[in-house]
Amino acid sequence: MNELLRRLLFLPEQASEYARQVDALHYFVIVTTMVAAAGVFLAVVYFFVRYRRRGIDDRTPFVHPGFIHEALFVVVPLALFLLWFAIGFPQFVRLSLPPADAMDVYVQGKKWMWKFAYPGGPSSIDTLRVPANRPVRLLITSRDVIHSLYVPALRLKMDALPGRYTQSWFEADRPGRYEIFCAEYCGTGHSAMLGELVVMPEAEFDRWVAEQRRSELVASAQDAATPADRVLPAGNLVEQGRRVASEQGCMKCHSVDGSRHIGPTWVDLYQRREKLKDGTTVVADEAYLTKSMMDPAAQLVDGYQNVMPTYQGKLTPPEVAALVEYIKSLRTQVVRSGPSEGPAYESIPRR
Amino acid sequence: MNPSPAGEASGSMHFVTDQNGYFADNYLVKPATGLRSWLYTLDHKRIGVMYLVGVSIAFALGGFFAMLIRLELLTPGPTVMDAMTYNRVFTLHGVVMIFLFMIPAIPSGFGNFFLPIMLGAKDVAFPRLNLLSWYLYLLGAAIAIYGMVYGGTDTGWTFYTPYSTTTATKVVPVLLGAFVIGFSSILTGLNFIVTTHTMRAPGLTWGRLPLFIWGIYATSVIQILATPVVGMTLLLVAVENAFGWGIFDPARGGDPVLFQHFFWFYSHPAVYIMILPAMAVISEVVCAFSRKNIFGYKAVAYSSLGIAFVGFFTWGHHLFVSGQSVVDGGIFGVLTMFVGIFTAIKVFNWTATLYKGSVAFTTPFAYFVGFLFFLVFGGMTGVALATLSLDVHWHDTYFVVAHFHFIMVGATVMGFLAALHYWLPKITGRMYSEGWGLVAAVMIVLGFNFTFIPQFLLGNMGMPRRYYSYPEKFWALNVASTAGASVLALGLVIVLVYTLVAIRWGPIAGRNPWNSRGFEWMTPSPPPVENFEKPPVFTHGPHEYTDEDPAFPAPHLAPEPKHV
Amino acid sequence: MSDATVAPPQLAHHFESLEKQQHAARLGMWLFLATEVLLFTALFAGYGVYRYLYSDTFQQASRHLHTWIGLTNTLILIVSSFTVAAGLDQAAKGKGRSTFLLFMFSVLCGVVFMCFKAYEYTHHFHEGMLPGRYYTFEALGSGPGGAIFFSLYYLITGLHAFHVMLGMTVLTVIGLRARAGRYTTEYFVPVELAGLYWHLVDLIWIFVFPLIYLA
Repeated sequence: MNELLRRLLFLPEQASEYARQVDALHYFVIVTTMVAAAGVFLAVVYFFVRYRRRGIDDRTPFVHPGFIHEALFVVVPLALFLLWFAIGFPQFVRLSLPPADAMDVYVQGKKWMWKFAYPGGPSSIDTLRVPANRPVRLLITSRDVIHSLYVPALRLKMDALPGRYTQSWFEADRPGRYEIFCAEYCGTGHSAMLGELVVMPEAEFDRWVAEQRRSELVASAQDAATPADRVLPAGNLVEQGRRVASEQGCMKCHSVDGSRHIGPTWVDLYQRREKLKDGTTVVADEAYLTKSMMDPAAQLVDGYQNVMPTYQGKLTPPEVAALVEYIKSLRTQVVRSGPSEGPAYESIPRR
Repeated sequence: MNPSPAGEASGSMHFVTDQNGYFADNYLVKPATGLRSWLYTLDHKRIGVMYLVGVSIAFALGGFFAMLIRLELLTPGPTVMDAMTYNRVFTLHGVVMIFLFMIPAIPSGFGNFFLPIMLGAKDVAFPRLNLLSWYLYLLGAAIAIYGMVYGGTDTGWTFYTPYSTTTATKVVPVLLGAFVIGFSSILTGLNFIVTTHTMRAPGLTWGRLPLFIWGIYATSVIQILATPVVGMTLLLVAVENAFGWGIFDPARGGDPVLFQHFFWFYSHPAVYIMILPAMAVISEVVCAFSRKNIFGYKAVAYSSLGIAFVGFFTWGHHLFVSGQSVVDGGIFGVLTMFVGIFTAIKVFNWTATLYKGSVAFTTPFAYFVGFLFFLVFGGMTGVALATLSLDVHWHDTYFVVAHFHFIMVGATVMGFLAALHYWLPKITGRMYSEGWGLVAAVMIVLGFNFTFIPQFLLGNMGMPRRYYSYPEKFWALNVASTAGASVLALGLVIVLVYTLVAIRWGPIAGRNPWNSRGFEWMTPSPPPVENFEKPPVFTHGPHEYTDEDPAFPAPHLAPEPKHV
Repeated sequence: MSDATVAPPQLAHHFESLEKQQHAARLGMWLFLATEVLLFTALFAGYGVYRYLYSDTFQQASRHLHTWIGLTNTLILIVSSFTVAAGLDQAAKGKGRSTFLLFMFSVLCGVVFMCFKAYEYTHHFHEGMLPGRYYTFEALGSGPGGAIFFSLYYLITGLHAFHVMLGMTVLTVIGLRARAGRYTTEYFVPVELAGLYWHLVDLIWIFVFPLIYLA
């Protein structure tokens, strides 16, 4: 039944359980819409036939509606619409609540390509490889204008905004290759900004990632199936972050050993509750860390001077992402000297 | 029901027509003929006619751009133009259709002509302001067209930042043109509100107003409240594009989504500016062609106000996937459900009006049927879009394009065509060919279906909007859509041709060829400059067909006086 | 319906009575004022959003403005509104010449207002407090909040100054007509409307001043 309706309505394949649930709502909505439209149309046809004009000067009775009529006219559609909402809204909320063990992928849209990066590496252009049956959280931003990451097979879409991170998540349950489109007009290359989501069986994915991280060179001819599978070397975000931090002089004010300096220490900073100068408290999540780099004066931690310069325009989004990943890796219990192997991330329930 | 003494006091019986029923001393020739008398006219009827000519030209221009779009989309790759040109074409299609046609067409065209007449007034409250509105429309159109001639812009009619503030294309003249037209819209709305409040003839209480007036009134309220906000927003974008004052530029600390909030705060109520007048026309047409009072007068009247009011609080449903919080999404989603109810109320009331009526299947009625079906389907897909999770899949795809074309073309343009056919005899004194009218109506309805139903399916498949090239699997449906568009265009051209023929050579229609009891049919066809000799006195509402009414003598009973 | 033996000269052909015409004129003016308010509301909303996002910077920026000039301008406009109201009162008594003098005093207040604004702006230009990409003012840190503040500052005060000039024009035209005796004790609604417009211009400034100067 699902398959019949899916084909009848020209819907793409359903690559996740979420897609199947959304489609179920879709069928309900479309069927009731068609029934309503047909109903109104048939009523008109019936009335036209039954009450067709006999003479140019026909008289008609003055018909008063009863209260019941108008009440039905209001209540029936309202109940239907609110029912649609009651089913659709929880589904929508689900999209903003990635599970705690979701694997993170940083997505950057720019004219006119998609860049994907895993925190532990590697990164790629236009092709996103994910394991089947594992939740994946997407942290999306844009380098220039607004783009929108759209995967029809997952019924998933989220705008990529410059200067900000948006998030969404999915759990693909079927290996396959699925289209990625840009869904927000962004210039001449808008319709060429195509990508591909490659869902791999879990074991195959883990092998692939391990292999990518081992190799320092560009992927060999055997690995790269298509030019779109190019993988950039040294894709380990945490390593990059450490490098950027020392290049940009962050270490002049922020320590990585827990000691208080000109700025707050980075150890255990991620997800720490910080008290701000204006009395409010904030959780130091990815958004806060990014904002602190872009506009340090906006949410200043209490007890520190407003002397941090802004890095707006000085850091590219991948560098920002790398710094955030580096900060996240600095935990007292999890002090590592080497690159991390897919650490556990806490999800951000809001936004 | 009391017979209306309006017949005695209306003065319409005192105007003398020629032997065919054509009133020779009408507004088209009085007080003077010649270009100057039209350029300086203060007569709302002449201004209305000028608007109708202007918006028809705009519709043809926007339609031309539409055909270019469909031509380009005939093949998956480049067909007749390059990507940048295509992007400019679809932007201009949107800008011309929305700002130069959809917003002014029915209110400034038919509203200007009929609002004072239906109120029993001689003109609108501020005739000079009315003429100024018309010139602002022309000025805004000229500025926008100047921009178009120099390549136009490629931002889409939604001008999303930061693309619009950083593009090198001619976005500033297009924005300024829209800004100026916005003032035309505001002044027209202001005029109509004041006219409705202060110039009703004796006996015409609010509860007796024609439903056309209620719809135009609600539209005017939206026009004066929402348009200033978009005017300011477009100005901000123009300033940012031209001078780099970064309010929306994230590189300078601005928030690009803030633009979306400001823009849609107007543009969502704007779509109600586009549909309410069409609904207003349909309320008249359904009564006239079923010779019946409207089923629920108060429901239809107040639902217009309801749409205007609630429509201001739903703009966030355009921002569901823009990174807003789910709470925002939920609030706007629920409010959108409510605004859909008002339309449902109207649909049921119009349908129920046919019950125990006397229904004639004329061309205006054919457009009513098309309007109704497309409004139900298009409107419900709108509510479906507001069902959050579905919107995540459909947002920025052809599903949305199909949805709004169902309403804007399927409903509003049908409403415009219904108005054109219903009121052509009143405006010009001549009748169009009913045979050709029905032929064109069928072509338009069929062509429309073939154009836009494939687009719903393309949206389901995942084809995004504003795509110049597309993967091959979208090919067949795009070809179907283009084929349908060709039939639709041909139908519209046929309407244009026989309308022009009718205006010049059509048979004289007489005062009331439809035997309708809308108030405007009390005047001669075409009406005199002053509309009425003396202000009419109203004792009941419009479209009551229960008894004889001396104001509306049956055609075979009261021949028009023959002497001149 | 209107069977006055002599229709007053100001009665337009499409109105039944002068009373209805004046009622319509007043309603039209109030609606127009509503649209003006909405025009500024968009800017105030934008200001509100960025004030929230960059609260520290905005507070500091507003301290760098000359509050005494803002205060003086506020008082000037309030006085000018008072003289406009007095002018309307005189018009109701048929004293067109007094109306003219009082309105011209208000126009003079407007001129002084603009002079103060010109002085302020010049000072800002010297300091580098310019909008958007021209911003070079150092004292507010290197974040973007300063440039945004001044972009909004020039947009809001600039739009308001434009409306002050419109108001001054309207007052001048109506004042001259009052002096020429065009208004009587029965018919002075244009004076009323001109007054309404000026009061709106004043009222908008009453919102602008605390919002921008008194952070």
